Parts: sequence; structure tokens; C-alpha cells
Amino acid sequence: MIVKSRTENLSEIREFIYSAARDIGVSKEVIDDIILAVDEACTNIIKHAYKYYPDGEIVIKLKYNLHKFTIMIIDHGASFEPDTVPEPDLEKYYEQRKVGGLGMYLMKRLMDEVKYVSIPGKYNQVLLSKNLNSAI
Amino acid sequence: MAEFNTSVKEQGEISKIYLKGYLDAHTAPSLENTFSSLIDNKRYKIVVNFQDLAYISSAGLGVFMAFIEKVRDNNGDIKLTSMTDKVFNIFDLLGFPLLYEIFNSEEEAVNKFIETKNVENK
Repeated sequence: MIVKSRTENLSEIREFIYSAARDIGVSKEVIDDIILAVDEACTNIIKHAYKYYPDGEIVIKLKYNLHKFTIMIIDHGASFEPDTVPEPDLEKYYEQRKVGGLGMYLMKRLMDEVKYVSIPGKYNQVLLSKNLNSAI
Repeated sequence: MAEFNTSVKEQGEISKIYLKGYLDAHTAPSLENTFSSLIDNKRYKIVVNFQDLAYISSAGLGVFMAFIEKVRDNNGDIKLTSMTDKVFNIFDLLGFPLLYEIFNSEEEAVNKFIETKNVENK
């Protein structure tokens, strides 16, 4: 699937993931985790890679078998260094009244694998994987 | 497009916000507007009812973080109620139960405001 970098497309992205995962019999709970992780990844791309520029492309590819559901998300926005995003500290956010890094923290908690590849000036790619063995 | 809306009911000093649908980065500004207009009207005792909320992402959670300090500085609070297990689990994963009071029912949240006020008046 290819969509423009607009928050209004998040629901279409969630629907796309839902249909594909449901068709192969992934459980409702696991689908919920995957959908939220993909939403967070795409929201980060819209906000940080494209900085709300509405006509960037987000490419979403799925690969799955009985054991693993993998989502590859590619953008051509600003490059991204995941190591520079600190673990969220809610107490600190409370004091500063701003929230950041929560999305990435959620992705890591909800998925079994989160892997970033960033080629500056070319593309960013995030791979999200969920093991299905015990989950289906 | 994701559907989301809020409605507000007043009960004395307390304002109750009802959330419905999907709260994500696209719809979060709508909830921000709801909070802003309550705060503009000096309504700081806020109960948020999640009963009809089907989905929340971190963009939605961020809205609660954005307003909590202002509300508490004015002797108010944002109390959360009636979450589905799915929505509660996301709040829980991010440690929100440490910062917010979360109740099973709207009545409990409203009563907590009333009890707190009674204690203050004694």
C-alpha cells in the first residue's frame, strides 16, 4: 500500500493491516497490537520525517507466514536516528508538559522486533515484526 | 476517515467529556479543542468517560499530558473512567495509572471530586 503522509490516512492504514491480519487468522488481541504499532510508526513518519508535509509517500509492505507477521514501512523524508530518541520518562514529561518518544516506546513493547534503517537523503525504513507462534 | 467526537455534560462544578470512536494523531486536535474550551471557561474539574472509545494511540494520550498541569494548578483534576480493557492496557503500558486516577465508573470519579471538596470545606 502507498499512502500520502497525512494523518487523515491513518485510519485507512489501520484498516489495511486489520484486513490482512484477519484474513490469515491472527487473533484479535495480536491484531490490535500490530495496528497500534503501525499507527505509531506512520504517525512518527508524518510528524518527524515529513514534518507534516502532506504529499510525501509512505510505502507499507507486508510479509507473513504462520510464525511471523512483518510490516515494512518506507518513507523518503528526513533521516532518523532512533538511538537519539530517549526512553520516555513520564514524570519528566509531566513536568515539561510535552510528550515525545511514547510512540517508539509503544512499538517496542507491542512488537517482538523493531528495526530501523536510515539512508540519509534516500530513505528510511522501519521493520516491525510480531511472532505468531503462540499467538494464533 | 476515522470517526471521533466528543460531547460535554455539566454536572455542577464538574464537566464530563464523553469520547467516541477513534482517537489518533488526526483526531487528537478535536479533543484538544474540547479541553481548551473547558479551561477557557475555568472548568477545571473534568471527568473523561472512555466507554465508547474504540481506539487510542500515543497522540491521543498526549492530549491528557498537555492539559493536566494547568488543570491541577487550578485546583482541578482530570479523572478517567469506564475504559475498555484494550484502551486501559495502553494507558497502563505507558505508566499513566501513576499520574491519573482511573475509575471503573463515571459515578466513582464524580464522587471522588465531591468527597475531595467536602474534605477541603471541613
